[in-house]
Amino acid sequence: MAPTNPGVALTLNFDIFAIALLLSPFAAALLAPAMCRHGGVAAGWGLALVPAALFVALLTTVEGVAAGRPVRLAIDWVPALDLRLSFLIDGLSLVFALAITGIGAFIVIYSTSYLHDHRHRGRFIAFLLLFMGAMLGLVLSDSLVGLFVFWELTSVTSFLLIGFDHEREAARRGAIQALIVTGIGGLALMAGGVLLHHVAGTWTISDLAYSPTLREAGWSYPWVLGFIVVAAFTKSAQWPFHFWLPNAMEAPTPVSAYLHSATMVQAGVYLLARMSPLLAGTPQWQALLCSFGAITLLWGGVAALRQTDLKQILAQTTIASLGLSVMLLGIGGETAAMAVAAYFVAHALYKAALFLVTGIIDHGTGTRDITVLGGLRDTLTITFICAALAGLSMFGIPPLLGYLAKEEMYAALSTGDAWGIVAIVVMVLGNALLGVVGLAVMIRPFMGPLRPTPHAPHEGDFALWIGPALFGLASLAVLFAVSPYGELLLAPMASSIAGHPVESHLGFAVDFGALPVWLSLVTWGLAIAIYWQRDWIRAAIAKTVPSRAGKLVSRRRARAVPRATAPGEPEVEAELDRSVEERAVWTWDRGFDQAMFGLIRAAGGWTRVFHHGRLELYVVVAFACLAIVLVTPLWAMNDWPALPHFAGGAFYEWGVIAMAAIGVVMVVLAPSRLGAIIALGVQGLAVALIFMVFGAPDLAFTQLMVETLSVVILALVMTRLRLSTRDPRPYEDLARDGLLALLIGGSVSLLLLRVLQGAFDGRLSEFFARTSVEIAHGHNIVNVILVDYRGLDTLGEISVVMTAGIAVLALLRRQRKRKAVAA
Amino acid sequence: MNTLIFRTMAPLIAAAMILFSIVILLRGHNDPGGGFIGGLIAASAAAVYGMARGVGEVRRLLRFNPIAFAGFGVVLAGTVGLLSILYGVPFMTALWLPGYAFGVPGAFDIGVYFVVFGTMTAIILALEDGGEGV
Repeated sequence: MAPTNPGVALTLNFDIFAIALLLSPFAAALLAPAMCRHGGVAAGWGLALVPAALFVALLTTVEGVAAGRPVRLAIDWVPALDLRLSFLIDGLSLVFALAITGIGAFIVIYSTSYLHDHRHRGRFIAFLLLFMGAMLGLVLSDSLVGLFVFWELTSVTSFLLIGFDHEREAARRGAIQALIVTGIGGLALMAGGVLLHHVAGTWTISDLAYSPTLREAGWSYPWVLGFIVVAAFTKSAQWPFHFWLPNAMEAPTPVSAYLHSATMVQAGVYLLARMSPLLAGTPQWQALLCSFGAITLLWGGVAALRQTDLKQILAQTTIASLGLSVMLLGIGGETAAMAVAAYFVAHALYKAALFLVTGIIDHGTGTRDITVLGGLRDTLTITFICAALAGLSMFGIPPLLGYLAKEEMYAALSTGDAWGIVAIVVMVLGNALLGVVGLAVMIRPFMGPLRPTPHAPHEGDFALWIGPALFGLASLAVLFAVSPYGELLLAPMASSIAGHPVESHLGFAVDFGALPVWLSLVTWGLAIAIYWQRDWIRAAIAKTVPSRAGKLVSRRRARAVPRATAPGEPEVEAELDRSVEERAVWTWDRGFDQAMFGLIRAAGGWTRVFHHGRLELYVVVAFACLAIVLVTPLWAMNDWPALPHFAGGAFYEWGVIAMAAIGVVMVVLAPSRLGAIIALGVQGLAVALIFMVFGAPDLAFTQLMVETLSVVILALVMTRLRLSTRDPRPYEDLARDGLLALLIGGSVSLLLLRVLQGAFDGRLSEFFARTSVEIAHGHNIVNVILVDYRGLDTLGEISVVMTAGIAVLALLRRQRKRKAVAA
Repeated sequence: MNTLIFRTMAPLIAAAMILFSIVILLRGHNDPGGGFIGGLIAASAAAVYGMARGVGEVRRLLRFNPIAFAGFGVVLAGTVGLLSILYGVPFMTALWLPGYAFGVPGAFDIGVYFVVFGTMTAIILALEDGGEGV
C-alpha cells in the first residue's frame, strides 16, 4: 500500500523507537502512583517531563511538516488482516499533539500542587497520563482501527478522570453519562470506519483521503457521513448531545482544564477536520454541520449567561466554542480551514488558562460563584494578569491570538449569499456572547471592592500560575511571531483540513474596506452592551425560559444514574424523585435519566418474562424449540428420509439392539427413580456395545465411561435433591413430557436417517486416514484429530468443560449457603 | 456400600484404575484411548475411593482442590500450544521431540486428561459431600 502523497520513508527500527516514544505517557502512567507515593511534589515535576520532552520532540518536526513532508511511522500489527499500527504527523495532528503535550505538561505540574494533600494524587496523575497517551494516539493514528481504539480509550480514561471523586454521587453520574454518550459515538465511529474500509479497501486514513471511490459509490456516502457525524457530535458535545459536558465539570478542575480545552471534546472536531478532505463540500455536510454547529453555538452562549458558577460558565462556553468550530468546518474552504486552525490554538490556550485560573480562585478563596467574588486584583495579582490575557484573547482584542482567529472566521464568511448572511449573524452573536464571558471572568472576580469569601484570599503558588501565565503569553506571542504561527503551524494544519496546500495570510494589517474589521467592531460593541445589561438580560432569559438553575439542579445532580433494581423491588424512591422532577421543565439532561430508567425497566420486564425461574418450563421450551428446529427443514422442503431396511444382521447385533430397547422401556416403566437411572445406564451400555460392534472402539470406550459416570452423578444428584423415590407428576404433565420426548427422539432419528442417506463427501476422512501417520505420527486417527488436526477446537472444549465444572461448584456452594442461612 | 470388603478393596481398585487411566492416556496416540477417556477413568477412581473411604480422604490425598487440576490442564494445553511462538509457526502447531516419541500433541493430551479428571472429580466430590469442602 504505497502512500499516495509525499512522505518521509523511515527505517523500521526507527519507527518502533518513535512509536514507543509517542506512547510513553502510558509507561509514565504505570510509574506515577509509586513515584508520587515516594517522591512527593518532585514526582509531579518529574512526570511532567514526559509530555514536555514529547512536546520538544514534536517541535523538531514542525519545519519538515510545514515544508510538506509529513512524518509517517508504521509497524505491522496483524499482517494477515493487512492491519498496520500506523501514525502520521501532518499539520493537523502536529498542532493537536503539540497542544496535548504542551498543555498536558502544565496540567500535570498544576495537579501536583492542586491536589498536593489528596491521598490519591498518584492515581490521579496516572489517569491523566493515560488519557494523554490515548489522546495522542487518537490524533496521530493513521489507521482507522487505531483511531477507533484510541478514541474508545479516551472515553474510558475520561470516565476515570470525571469520576475521580468517586465518593460523590454527582461525580459518578457525570462520569457514567459521559461514558454512555461518548460510547454511543464510539460505536458510530466503528460502524463508519468499517464501512469506509469496505468501500475504499484500506484502513489507512491518509490513503482514504485521496480515494475517489467513496463519492462514486453513492449509497455509502450518507451512511459514512451519518456515522462520522454522530461520533464527532457526541464527543464534541454538539446539541442535542451537549448535556454531558456541564455534568463532566464534576471532575477536579485540572481535568476540566485539560479535557475541555484541547483534548477530549476537541476529538470530535479533530475527527471532522481529519475527514474533511474525504467528506466535506457536499450539501449534506454543510447543512448538518452548519445547522447543528450554529444551534450549539447559540445554545452554549446563552446558557453561559445564565450561570453564576465560574466552572459552569466556562463549560457552557466550551459547548459554544465547539459549535463554532463545527460550523466553520461545515462552511469549508481555505479561509474557514485557517479559521478552524487559528481558533483551535487560541481557544485551547485561553480556555485552559481560564479553567486553571478558576481553580486558583477556588483554591485561594473557597468559592467559584461569580456573584460572590470581587476585588481580588490586589491579592491574586498574577492570577489576574493571567485571567486578563486569556479573557482578552477570548474577547478578541488585537495583539492576541483570539483576534486573528475571529478575523479569519469573518473572512471565511464573506461570501455574500443568503445563508452566508445568516451565518454571519449567528457567528457575530455567538462571538459576542463568548466575548461577554471573556469580560466577565476577567472583570467580575478581580475588579470592584473586595468581597468577603469563605476564607481569606491568597495567591496560588508557582506550580499553579506558571501554566496559565505561559498560555497567556503564548497567546500574546503572536504579536511578535505572526509569521511563524501562521506559516509553520496554522497553514499546515489548514492544508490538512482543506486537503490541499493553503497559504498563510495571517497578519495584523487592518483593511477598513473589508467586512471582517467592521464585523469585529460590531462584535465588541455587542459584547460590551450585553455585559453592561447582563443582569437585565439574565432576568429576561429566566422569564422566558424556565430556569434550571438553583435548587432543582442541585437536587437532580445529587441523584446518580438510576441503580439497577431487582425485578419486583419497590421503586418508591425513584417515584418520589420523579414526582419532584415532574414540576421542573424537561431538559436533555433529564431526558438522559428517563432513557436510562426506561432501559432498566425494559430489561427488568424482559427478564421477568423470559427468566421466570421455573426449571421445568425452561426444559420444555428448550426441547420443544430443538424439535421444531430439527423437523422444520425436513417438512418445509418435503425431504423426508426413506425407511431403512433391516435385512440381515448377525444375532449378536440384534441382541444388543434388543438390550437397548429393553433399557428404554425399563426407564419408562421403572417403579422408582433409582431404577429408572439404572435402566438408563443399561440402555447407554447397549449403545456403547453398538459402537463397538460397528467398529468405533474409541467412541465405545468413551460412551462406556460417560454412562458409568452418568449413573453415579445422577444417583448422587437424586440423593442431594432429596427427591421422593417415586415420580409424583400428574397425568397431564406425564403426557406433555412423554409427547415431547417422543418428538425429540423422533426428530433426531429422522434427521440422522436423512443425513446418512445423503451423498457422503469423504475427502476429509481420506485426508486424515492418509496423513495421520505421515505428518501427525499417530495411528489412532480419532485421537490425532482431537489433539493435533483439531487441537484448537479441543482447547476450546476443555475450557468449556472446566468452566462448566466451576459453574456446577458455584451452584452447589450457593445451595449450601442458603441452607446455612435457613439453619 | 460401606462393607468391609469394599472398604478394603477400594484403594486397590482405585490405584489400579489410576494406573490403567495413565496407560490409556499414553497409548491413545496409536490405539483406542487418549486424554479424555483416561480422565474419565481417573475420575471414576476418585468416585470409587470417595464412596468407600469418604470424600475428605479423597480431598486429602489429592492435596489440591480438584478444580485446580482442571485449571492446570487448560493452562498446560494452552502453554504447549504457545511453544510454537519460539519457532515462528502458527499457534498449536505440532512440534516433535527428535525421534517422534513425544511432542506437543502428547503434552496437549495430558492437559485434556487433567481437565476431564479435575472437572468430573470436582463435581462428583461436591455432590457426595454436599459442597462442604468446595
